[in-house]
Parts: sequence; C-alpha cells; structure tokens
Amino acid sequence: MQIDPNVLEHILPTVQKPGRYVGGEYNSIVKDWEATPTRVCLAFPDIYDLGMSNLGLAILYDVINGLPDVLAERTYAPWVDMIAALREARIPLYSLESKRPLADFDIVGFSLAYEQLFTNVLEMLDLAGLPLRASERDERHPLIIAGGHATFNPEPVADFIDGFVIGDGEEAIVEVMRAYQATRDEPREAQLRALAQVPGVYVPRFYDVQYCTPSTSSGHNGTVAAIEPNVPEAQLPVLKRVVSPLPPPPTRLIVPAVDVSHNRATIEIQRGCTRGCRFCQAGMVLRPVRERPVEEVLEAIEAILRQTGFDEMGLLSLSSSDYSDIGRLVAAIDERFGDAHLSISLPALRADSFSVGLAEAIARGRHTGFTFAPEAATERMRGVINKPISTEQMIDVAREVFERGWRTIKLYFMIGLPGEQIEDVRAIADLARAVREVGRKVHGRKAQVNVSVNTFVPKPHTPLQWAKLEPEESIREKQALLGRELRRQGLKLSTSDPAESMLEAALARGDRRLGAVVQRAWELGARFDAWGEQRNLSAWWQAFAEIGLDPSFYAQRERPPDEILPWEVVSAGVRKRFLRQETERSQRGETLADCRERCHGCGILTTCGDSWTEDWCCPEPTEHATRST
Amino acid sequence: MPTDLHRIRITFAKDGPLQYTSHLDLARMWERSLRRGGMGLAYSGGFNPHPRLQLAAALPLGHTGEAELLDVWLEQSIRTADFVRAVVPVLPKGLTMREVRQVELKGPALQTQIVSAEYLATVEWDESREQVEARVVRVLAAEELAHERRGRRYDLRPLIERLRLERAGAGKAVLAMQLAARAGATGRPEAVLEILGMGEAFAHYHRRRLVIGARSTMADLPES
Repeated sequence: MQIDPNVLEHILPTVQKPGRYVGGEYNSIVKDWEATPTRVCLAFPDIYDLGMSNLGLAILYDVINGLPDVLAERTYAPWVDMIAALREARIPLYSLESKRPLADFDIVGFSLAYEQLFTNVLEMLDLAGLPLRASERDERHPLIIAGGHATFNPEPVADFIDGFVIGDGEEAIVEVMRAYQATRDEPREAQLRALAQVPGVYVPRFYDVQYCTPSTSSGHNGTVAAIEPNVPEAQLPVLKRVVSPLPPPPTRLIVPAVDVSHNRATIEIQRGCTRGCRFCQAGMVLRPVRERPVEEVLEAIEAILRQTGFDEMGLLSLSSSDYSDIGRLVAAIDERFGDAHLSISLPALRADSFSVGLAEAIARGRHTGFTFAPEAATERMRGVINKPISTEQMIDVAREVFERGWRTIKLYFMIGLPGEQIEDVRAIADLARAVREVGRKVHGRKAQVNVSVNTFVPKPHTPLQWAKLEPEESIREKQALLGRELRRQGLKLSTSDPAESMLEAALARGDRRLGAVVQRAWELGARFDAWGEQRNLSAWWQAFAEIGLDPSFYAQRERPPDEILPWEVVSAGVRKRFLRQETERSQRGETLADCRERCHGCGILTTCGDSWTEDWCCPEPTEHATRST
Repeated sequence: MPTDLHRIRITFAKDGPLQYTSHLDLARMWERSLRRGGMGLAYSGGFNPHPRLQLAAALPLGHTGEAELLDVWLEQSIRTADFVRAVVPVLPKGLTMREVRQVELKGPALQTQIVSAEYLATVEWDESREQVEARVVRVLAAEELAHERRGRRYDLRPLIERLRLERAGAGKAVLAMQLAARAGATGRPEAVLEILGMGEAFAHYHRRRLVIGARSTMADLPES
C-alpha cells in the first residue's frame, strides 16, 4: 500500500533538500504495479545525491525495466533528519517511483560499493520494517540481494543478505529474476536453492565456516579453519560473472530535479584495467578489460543528449589513457559534438605527455584542475606497488600541464605500504614541492598543488591482501611530517583519519563473525560511516569489545600465505598463485609490464574462459604464463 | 556570433514533483528540456558560456506556480506551434507550458519588468471565516506593519497591494494576495501570514501570476 501523501507533504518542508525524496524525475519509470508480476526495489545505501551518479544502479534499472514482466524502482538512504521524521511519523522506507514500502517488493537489491555502507544497509532494512538477519526472514519478506565491489568480501554482511551477485550484474540479474519467478510460491529455502544455482550468486546460508581454536592443529587461533558448502547447489568458490562483449550503455538516464554530486551523464568506455597496480582491488576484480567501440560511445553521447538533455558527460574507465582508441575517440567527439557546447570529462588519465594532450583536447579551453595519482614518490615504493612513473616524468608532465594553462594540480599518494621507510614519505613532500615549483615558474602565486595522502588499506583479491595495516602512531607520525614539509604557499595537504582506516581495514578483511559487530555497531548508533560528521567510531570499538573481537586481528595482522582467507569463498578469477608471485615480486621491488602488452598468466583466461570473447583485451598468453596457470 | 537570434517567452506552471526544485535547478531543468526538444539554445560569450535563459522571478523552494515566466534565446527561427510540438513531449512531470510567444529581442530583461506577484496561501487553520476576516481587516487598516527579515526592519504594509480571504472553515483558510515584486521591494507571502498572526501554521503557497509593469514599453511581436 502506498504511503500517505498527506503525511509526506507535512514532513518534506521540515527536512533538508526535500526534493530528493520526491521522485517523478524525467526518465524515471513507473510501471503499472498491479499489472507487473515481479517487483524489484534497487536500494542505494547512501543519500540520493550520491546514488544518482552510480552507474551500476542505472544499468540494472535499465535492464530490469526492459523486461516486460518485471519492474524496478529506486530507494536511497534518507539523510538523518528524514530518518528521524520517517520514524516519528511511522512511515516505512519507500520507493521513489510509486511511494510503496520496501516490504511490498519481491526483491530488494542493495548496491554495495564499499564497506562503510554496511550500517546504512541495516538502517534501511530497519526503516523498511524488515528483520535484519536473513535467518529471520522467509517467503513473506522480500529477497534481499546485493551487488557491487564490496561483495568481493561478502562475509561481514553475510548474516543480512540472502544472496550476493558477484561481478558483472547485467546478465546475472535477469537470471536471478527468473530463478525467483520459478520459485515465488515456494518456501524461502527452495527460493534460495534456485538462487544458488545462478552462476555468480553466493548464498551464505549454504556455506558453513569453521574457525581455528587453540586446539586446532593448523592455523592461527581465530582464523578460518574451513569453508564448506552444505547443499549440492553451492559452488565453492563462487566465480564472478563476466559480461562480454559489454552491451551498449544505458542512455535514457534519469535526470535529477535537484542538484546532486556529479550532476552529469556517465558513459563507461571500458571495464577493467591492465596496469596491475598491486594495491588496487578494482584492477584485480574487474578483469578482463573489455572496451566499448568508439562508434558505440559516440552513439551513446548522441542518444544521451537527445534523451536526457545533459550537457555534461563523464567518460568512465579505470585508466582512460589505456583505452585503445582514446586519441581517435577524443578527436571524433570534438568533430561530432564540437558545436554542441558539451562538456566532456575524461578522468583517470596517466601521467604522460600524450594524456596531457588528450586532456587539453577534451577540455576545449576550460582548465579546471588536473589530477594525477602517482601514489609513490621513490623507485623503491613504485616497485612495491607496480606503478613505475619516474619522478622525472612526473615533473615533465606537470610542467606541460601548467604550461598549457592549468593552474591547479591534484596529486594522490599513499603511505603505509609494506617496506616503506621514512625517506619514502619525505620523497612525497619533495615531489609535491617540486611540482609546485614548476607551477610557480609558469603561474607564480596562482599555481596550486593539492596533495591527497591516503593510508594503504590491504584489500581482498589483491597481491597485497596479506599485508597489514600500519599502526596508527606510525601513520600519524608520517602525516605530521608531511604536514610540516608541505605547510607553505601554494600547497594543500589532506590526509585520512587513521582510526577510520582501521575500521575500513577490519571490515575489508573481515570474516562472518563481524556480522554481529556490524549489527551491534548499528544498534549503538553507527551509520553513514563514510561521512565525517556522522561517523561514530566509538560505537564500532564498543561493538567489537562487546562481541569479543579485536579489529586489529583483522586489520593489522599480516596473514601467512597458507591462511584460508574468508573472502576466498568468492573468486575474482585471478589465481592465488599469481597473487603470491606478485607479492614476492612486490617484496623484490620488481615491476611488471602492462598486461595488454604481455600476459603474465593471472588466471582469468582459464577460470573465466567460458565467458571469453574477442572483446577481451588479453593478448596471446605467453608460454610462461600458460605454465603458471 | 550567430546573427539569427530569437527570444521566446514561455509561461509555465511548476508543481507536482517539482515543488521542491530550487530556482537554479529549475533553470537547469529548462535548459535540459529545451535541449531534449532539439532547440538551438543561444549561448552567452566569454570564458564560461552558458545558455541564455532568464527566469522572471525566483519561486521559493516549496512554492508552486501557475504562470511563471521564462525568456529563452534561440539561434534558430521557429514557429511557436513547432516549438510547442517539440518541447511539450520532453518536459518533466510538474512542468507545464501554458503559453509561448516570440518577443522583441532587444526588450528589457524580464526581471526588471515584474512589478507584483499574486499568491494563494492555503493554511491549516481552525478559526471561522469571521475570525480570519477580522485579521485581514486589521492588517489592511494598519498604516504601518513593522516586520523584520534577516536582521533588517522594514514596513510590510506598502508591499501588500491586495489581500482577501477567499474562504475559511473545516480546518483550512485560503488567502489571496497581491504583493509588490520589485528590486528592493518584494513582499513575501510568508511575511503576510506572520503579520496576520498565522505564521506558525502549516501553509502551502501558490503563485498565481506575475504582473508585468505598465511602464514596460515592450511590444510583443506578431505570430510569425
């Protein structure tokens, strides 16, 4: 039953930015509820302003609504003032399109981009009046599924989600719909078994996890002793889905009626990355690279212009400079849309001269900021992370950027990497100052260098997944050093809170037992953990203490190579052996060529070989590579 | 610079899901709608070109409007019927075009031509018709109505050109008013409610029309 519009009308003037709770946006789709048998609510666990730029949600909305017998509507986390108003008025969380409570839907699909969204998922389930735990829900409640990057370690939220869709969702989601439709009148157990048969879907209920105790012969106390499926349908590991070739991108994007962050259209030009930076989870889990043809991108721009009216568009990719035809694409955009007053952004450019040229071509006179992510400032650290951009190259590129008219450069660096010495940190300051100096020669006092230094957090499915998070005091010392060295005109430093990194690292490498911690933290008031002013770390630490778990066990413990890792229940298609080899190369400071040039045998060709098509940007595997897979 | 510029004036209603769309967002919404309709928007020159679009008067967040005004400059010559045919199908829910006509290119800016605005305030109010009527009479009889906004004190009375109780009873009072809407002299319907002693109540404000001043010498162009 739809929520009472009169009550909503009285609430909206009392909250900030009420327009985000109203729906009715151009291109939003409101199907006939009664006439559509299967109903899905796509839920983004952060506010509307952020959710509206999430491409994954836009893709699924498009795919699901394209099915004649299924509808998809959307919901986002209400901001804290609206949450309070909804609770007071006893209005459940509702979908924007038809203003129906989430509980009325057959399936609710959460988009999990990162770990800090977990407590918001609980908040939304609670606001919807749904039991938080999967074990407490049955066929009377919607199926709760989840997708997104954070599902590559689903364990900390395994208690709350019925099924995780791992990897590309475009095809899997349709199969999930069909599995649900085939079992909609059956008990929840049967529904879940059908779900588990969809390749790429991980249903936690069907796996038992045992932990090592002091009496267990192998393994450190508290680590995973075994993960075992308890029904025949359950795969181990659950292999991610790879869609190939990429279908044409969605173009009938929803146009927000209020201002949102990234208020523009997004077109994904390629999925995946071949650089192989060792800290980067996206690069590892989105393999193989698949590009969209230039003509398809151009047609998408044309269609978006006509169907949405957006004049600002972003071309999305993990590494734009690596898109094969990037030069031709940029030239074609200029030729075809030069007069259309379009503003196209091309982020994630490499630090080289060619990329600077591209950026200028696409900027067409507008020079806002230019961003580079060198991450490391010494050869030693570059060898650790496999991102070999020399200092000299960095300075040369910076000079070119300034000379072409940009006045502001943003640099991303990382501290806390394994093997880091204090000189490596000092080198970051030196490099930032050198870049600023180059800028000063061109623009004088107007040259600005903004330095963002993040703390390395080891992520699952990467070569550095066994490494530990650096202790807080050590990080603070390094941040203080950078603060001192960079406190001068034309330089600005931003860093991340080490306590926050601790939480992120604990959740990123957590196991199923953290479910109790996530729930307790939420009960104690934790939510919007990615938002500075809302973050409630003390609720988290208290939750850990009450449950009897130690966050540093997860975050700050270096894992031995033979430890069973909780996230190995799902597979990104990259072999563990390859990751280990990469770890060893990292310790030796040895870099690897971009795998478009040379295959290093990460395993994706074998494990996901069934999805192989010509669109994969993998070259012929070398003999060495085949041997190691 | 294109030589063939045309100025189109659109009268439109804003309501429904757009009730909480701000003035700036509304401008952007029009831009996008016109772009969807394939209209050749004219752009300003300079460092940061933007489409030439002028809304007559900002409609505060939460207010709806029935006859809002917008001037848009196009680089193409177009018959108003064709304009309507192209744009109406691509308007978002809550935006309704009421009238379209071509106006003189060189005429004064819309904002400078507005002199007053007519509002309808629907208030959740329990008094009888006589009681509310008495409030209205008191306000209209006053020579001065001291009011404060953002720390500045001013006299609200001269800004109230017309005020009338349309109806009251069954928990609701509906007031119609015409308030001054000029630079430096703009009456707000919320202020009128406050001065009536009804400011605490839940109210909805609807702008019925914008009044273009008699001092405007602009002639509308005949239909092309």
